Amino acid sequence: MTTIEVTVNGVKHAREVEDRVLLVNLLRDELGLTGTHVGCDTSQCGCCTVHVDGRAVKSCTMLAVQANGATISTIESMAQNGKLHPIQQAFTECHGLQCGFCTPGMIMAVAGLLKENPDPTDEEIEHGLEGNLCRCTGYINIVKAVKLSAERLRAKR
Amino acid sequence: MYSFNYVKVKSLKQAGELLAANPDAKLLAGGMTLIPTMKARLAQPSHLIDIAGLAELAGIGVKDGRLSIGAGTRHHEVAASSDVKKAIPALAYLAGLIGDPQVRNLGTLGGSIANNDPAADYPAAVLALGATVITTQREIAADDFFQGMFATALEPGEIVVRFVFPVPKRAAYAKFPHPASGYAMAGVFIAETANGVRVAVTGAGPGVFRWQEAEAALAKGMSPAALDALTVAADDLNEDMHAPREYRANLVKVMAKRALAALGNV
Repeated sequence: MTTIEVTVNGVKHAREVEDRVLLVNLLRDELGLTGTHVGCDTSQCGCCTVHVDGRAVKSCTMLAVQANGATISTIESMAQNGKLHPIQQAFTECHGLQCGFCTPGMIMAVAGLLKENPDPTDEEIEHGLEGNLCRCTGYINIVKAVKLSAERLRAKR
Repeated sequence: MYSFNYVKVKSLKQAGELLAANPDAKLLAGGMTLIPTMKARLAQPSHLIDIAGLAELAGIGVKDGRLSIGAGTRHHEVAASSDVKKAIPALAYLAGLIGDPQVRNLGTLGGSIANNDPAADYPAAVLALGATVITTQREIAADDFFQGMFATALEPGEIVVRFVFPVPKRAAYAKFPHPASGYAMAGVFIAETANGVRVAVTGAGPGVFRWQEAEAALAKGMSPAALDALTVAADDLNEDMHAPREYRANLVKVMAKRALAALGNV
């Protein structure tokens, strides 16, 4: 057991955890932030994507203890005061989701991508989302949603 | 996964002491291979010794025609580094092809090389560039380092600290990724080094290897046509559900030609 301290969506939490607890389970089971999903056993699907110290990571492939002292953002941090984040808004408008299971991880990955590359080409979007699988949409509307997000985020600057 | 004891160390010395005291302990850096392996219960270390973020394993720099990269450097850092892009752009390109963005944010060069997955990308670069692997105990030449599937020259308790790549005249990497896993089904790294052209192949065999016939042919002239007459011996290549060995043998040749063609651009 190890005592850790993490700042999640701006709130500091101290917890004693078993060393083998995954970050995704700390977020979901301990902190009640169930927007982050577990979709596979093999670190491939990306449903679990969150930001740790500003970078997109698969929270199912990280131990909670590894995140000790880190600043974490989950999907719950995207909407502010009941208003959707531009990326979430674009996904809605472009029908970039169907069942919605991959969507939180997809949006967190998109946020990471657009932080590094505010004006990505279609190819760069596809490459930038290689860590996120969607079984419903066939990705076409996801790419559209990312392009619209990028346009709106650029306009905001 | 099975239970274990986690220790975040403050130095390589502390890591070495823990490894010596606990023969079933494993080092943890990015965890992009180790954590999934433990989740599948295919590994059961007694301790995880977290060396991520150690200053002793950090840093990228170029000096006297040699590019030095700390073993703890994450793939995304190698891919984005202006030093790497300037000195060995093929290496930055290779790093940007590993796994996916989330994996690249955590995975490390040292972890990849110490693990020596037969389909990992970095071993091809380390071998083709004739890099030196600097550990807590000695310096190991690339030609002596890789010893087969998941096997390296590292002794128990020996920790990889840094990689030194002589800057080549030109280098290029071409990879055919498996469409689902992204691992190399064949990845060829070609480098024009001070000691001649070196061709390293990953993904196709039980471990990274140098394609010596190609090196000899290219020594006479660096053109894709030089490879036309060659065939890769299929007997020693991997055969599995992804591809028969003959398919991989052909793929190696195709990737080699693509890498050659890309040499002109880097």
